[in-house]
Amino acid sequence: MADQIKLSKADRRAVCWRHQFLQGSWNYERMQNGGWCYAMIPAIKKLYSKKEDQVAALKRHLEFYNTHPYVSAPVIGVTLALEEERANGAPIDDQAIQGVKVGMMGPLAGVGDPVFWFTVRPILGALGASIAMSGSIAGPLLFFIAWNVIRYAFLWYTQEFGYRVGTEITKDLSGGLLGKITAGASILGMFIIGALVERWVSITFTPTVSKITQQDGAYIDWSKLPKGTAGIKSALEQYDSLGATGLNKVKVTTLQDNLNQLIPGLAAVLLTLLICKLLKKGISPIVIIIALFVVGVIGRLCNFM
Amino acid sequence: MNGLSIILVIVVAFLAGMEGILDEWEFHQPVVACTLIGLVTGHLTEGVMLGGSLQMMALGWANIGAAVAPDAALASVASAIIMVLALNGGNVNTKDAINTSIAVAVPLSVAGLFLTMLCRTIAIPMVHAMDKCAEDANFRGIEIWQILAICLQGIRIAIPAAALCFIPAKAVTNALNSMPAWLTGGMAVGGGMVAAVGYAMVVNMMATAETWPFFILGFVLAAISELTLIALGLIGLSLALIYLGLKEEAKKGGGNGGGGSGDPLGDIINDY
Repeated sequence: MADQIKLSKADRRAVCWRHQFLQGSWNYERMQNGGWCYAMIPAIKKLYSKKEDQVAALKRHLEFYNTHPYVSAPVIGVTLALEEERANGAPIDDQAIQGVKVGMMGPLAGVGDPVFWFTVRPILGALGASIAMSGSIAGPLLFFIAWNVIRYAFLWYTQEFGYRVGTEITKDLSGGLLGKITAGASILGMFIIGALVERWVSITFTPTVSKITQQDGAYIDWSKLPKGTAGIKSALEQYDSLGATGLNKVKVTTLQDNLNQLIPGLAAVLLTLLICKLLKKGISPIVIIIALFVVGVIGRLCNFM
Repeated sequence: MNGLSIILVIVVAFLAGMEGILDEWEFHQPVVACTLIGLVTGHLTEGVMLGGSLQMMALGWANIGAAVAPDAALASVASAIIMVLALNGGNVNTKDAINTSIAVAVPLSVAGLFLTMLCRTIAIPMVHAMDKCAEDANFRGIEIWQILAICLQGIRIAIPAAALCFIPAKAVTNALNSMPAWLTGGMAVGGGMVAAVGYAMVVNMMATAETWPFFILGFVLAAISELTLIALGLIGLSLALIYLGLKEEAKKGGGNGGGGSGDPLGDIINDY
């Protein structure tokens, strides 16, 4: 064989970098086609020197395309391998290339959404946010750095993987690996969402259920404490054994305390399930959000929440 | 706000708008966008806190198929600017400023949505222009149209952000301070519940008979406050691996046994 044109590592890096702008010209007609063509340009320039070949290549990569922006990386890897073979004389026609793109984008989008949008981002986001809520800059930094390291590593290595195995990848896709990744991500995602509902959806019902005057010894008798620091020590010791209810003589039980005895976060999970139902009925999330604020204001006005 | 801050706010807004469509670096996520706005206006800590609270609400916001989620980019940028204005105006409780900004962010996130749809429509003639460039192998032309399309999405957020910067801080502060306690309190109560909407969106995407038990496990274990989020993540990961491994085993067992002794999956679950 005479001179083979090969895409160098630098070319592939250039494609990978540009691939990050895939969704930039997202449009209702052919969706991600502009960004895809933009990403392919370094490869097309390298592989085809004749103008009519370049025109044909550009046109073929401006066809309809749409998938999850990250799992698109293996697709572009395979496409690079195909274009390289074609430029070296292999009989690969336009339909074959478009067929590979369309054939891969569907199943891969089905993996990208649950893995990235519904598992990795909620987990990293919740981690970052929980640190950020205390005002620590570590929260946003953690989220931003971890996310981008994971993202770019994924883009690069899966693109390289696609490029190396070429069309062989379609066999892997049907091998059930994708199904397993999706199932694993869904399990982890649901587990974390369950935890987040408990921790971060806050509903507090304030009505008082009962007021009980406690017996001597069940609360700290503030008037009988020793003077000075000894008093503080004694109070802390008693607090340690009595708990929060020991602070006052009258023990107030709110509706929330009763609910928490059943299981903490019961109201939060019920609310979440209710919203799931409403969303399934096609009610817009925005309407629900506004309704929740209205409920909050009414609840506060009626001294209920 | 001084001139430099306004310019930097517009830059941050531009980045967030770009990211609203690209979804790569995640500059539009509240925890990043609010932090950056806070940083350039000298209210870093408050920005980080607002970003954290808003992020908890926006965790499940993702545009999948026909489902439309509120626009995180405009919500985080606009609410951060409003919070900064309120803080600049003088005597304001930080907590109130944060809670009110969150409530204001929600209607704005709807406006952001319509702007996105507008941009995605304007992008159609742009890709037609790319087609024309392709006809004569004009690489540069295609690149320029792609970059212009991205800038369009940046401007989508940058213009509203710039407009907000020119609202006098005093006016925002006065409005905030004149709000009755039941209103700010009620907004805080609502804000506490709103996170459920994002979670519900995620649940609807992933819930199957197979995954519901894991939701319950996560929910129950989260009540143990010693378990940090990282610990919970590791438990979840282990559960997923164990489950998938057992499922694989069960499949193999079923093949060998030919269904003779009954239910291999059941046996494994019993042993487990």
